[in-house]
Amino acid sequence: MSTAVDRFDDKARSAFGQIGQTEVYEGELLRHRVYTRFLHWMVALFFFLALLSGFGIYLPWLFRWFTPIFGGGPIARWMHPWFGLGFVIFFGLQALNWIKPMRWTAADTRWMRNLKSIVSGKEKMEPPETGFFNGGQKAQFWEIVAGCIVYLITGIILWIGAGAFGRWAVAVSYVLHDISALIMLGGVFIHIYLSTIGEPGTFQAMIRGAVSEAWAWTFHPAWYKEVTGRDPVEACEEARRRGRLGSK
Amino acid sequence: MSDRRTLQIKQISGHSGPAPGFGMQREQEVCKLVDTTICIGCKACEVACVEWNDMPFSPTTFDNTYQTMPATRWNFWNLIKFNEHQREDGTVQWLMRKDQCMHCADPGCLRACPADGAIVQYTNGIVDFQQENCIGCEFCVSGCPYDIPKFNPATKKVYKCTLCSDRVGQGLEPACIKACPTGCLKFGTKDDMKYVAEERAKQLRENFGFEKAGVYDPQSIGGTHVVYVLHDAENPERYGGLPKNPVIPWSYTIWKWLFKPVLGALALFGGLGVLLHYVTVGPRRPQPEPPIKERES
Repeated sequence: MSTAVDRFDDKARSAFGQIGQTEVYEGELLRHRVYTRFLHWMVALFFFLALLSGFGIYLPWLFRWFTPIFGGGPIARWMHPWFGLGFVIFFGLQALNWIKPMRWTAADTRWMRNLKSIVSGKEKMEPPETGFFNGGQKAQFWEIVAGCIVYLITGIILWIGAGAFGRWAVAVSYVLHDISALIMLGGVFIHIYLSTIGEPGTFQAMIRGAVSEAWAWTFHPAWYKEVTGRDPVEACEEARRRGRLGSK
Repeated sequence: MSDRRTLQIKQISGHSGPAPGFGMQREQEVCKLVDTTICIGCKACEVACVEWNDMPFSPTTFDNTYQTMPATRWNFWNLIKFNEHQREDGTVQWLMRKDQCMHCADPGCLRACPADGAIVQYTNGIVDFQQENCIGCEFCVSGCPYDIPKFNPATKKVYKCTLCSDRVGQGLEPACIKACPTGCLKFGTKDDMKYVAEERAKQLRENFGFEKAGVYDPQSIGGTHVVYVLHDAENPERYGGLPKNPVIPWSYTIWKWLFKPVLGALALFGGLGVLLHYVTVGPRRPQPEPPIKERES
């Protein structure tokens, strides 16, 4: 099973590697390949299409604001399930692409316990055991996996309707569908914030695919060590010394 | 007073704020009375309904009863349901019930509907679908305790009995009432019809030996604007699935009107939260940062 997934993923990666490219300059590391970046932005596109078309149906106060974006209520309602299906399919591929680095470890549990000091900005550098993804990223990933399963099951029930599944199935599905959307909406604010202005230097990982070494040893020290073989704390100290000398 | 009055709107589905103009005029609540004890199953009301509403022909389905089809359709809003009930002494009682929209005082379809203006409730109690605003999501189907709204796949809209709101608005009775030959169907104000129904039920109990005879006007949904006189009001299920205590799913009451706006606002506060984090704690930059010159405390 897992080897079949790997083979599919490798094939897709090499195919996309021939279409696009990732340039890694001096002092940079390769973060995300073309295939990963493509999947991420397809997921993002379908997420926002589904979000906006769903918003109008979510609240009466928003109906007249969001449904005209898609050409009115009936079209928004007709398109929403297809946007959602696109989101689930692309995120499914993304999940296969990321299933290995997203595996939960004891270090992630420690990371989650340490969350407060990270949010309050007391820790300038991630703990040395933080790998390719940190605990928060993994938590969000698995939340979206769970959310997608809820979306898919409840979404199909809502799509086909009470005629096939009974009125109570629809009434309950609709609440679960909403809750899943609300959790994901809350998460996407944090995701966008941290990947842009919250942690500068992160955004180019999903655009160009490469990050600076300083970014890597600060936010993913264990990954930095794995890729370069150098100690992240030492590398940071060395850069600091060189910076002082340079400024004088 | 002019007899050309417009119907005043009481509630609008998926609408923020009250219905415009509500409470400007006093209006009597209307009611259709169906006395199942004198229905002869002639189906004149079915024909009148199809005729007046100018609906396309709907093929009938034979299912070994006198019933025209198993259930109402998007273009067939009025159906006499034939049910045979075997009494304890072995004799058979033939129950006929005119199935149509009940025009609930607390309409589940309207509560479930997310589309602004797709379902309206008039002050006189009629619940009416406005197909031009319908988005075809079929949530109303799951909100309805009587399985009345029906989806038309061709137009992607939902249809149901209007209680002939077009006729009632002009001071006429609904088409089915006009067609009924036995006086089984009556139309008037809710108070009057309730009085007539109770009197008839009393007559059935006292003079005809139907000890459990009564009126069907379920209070679990605030009453209906179609009331039945039943031979046995304790077992309305016998009349082709008439629920004794019809309910609207809690998700269309609590979730929709309380938790939805509250949790939706909470999710948006997530956006406010990250903004506040940026201006108070500030971003995390790749290390090493330039040395700090001054720090506000």
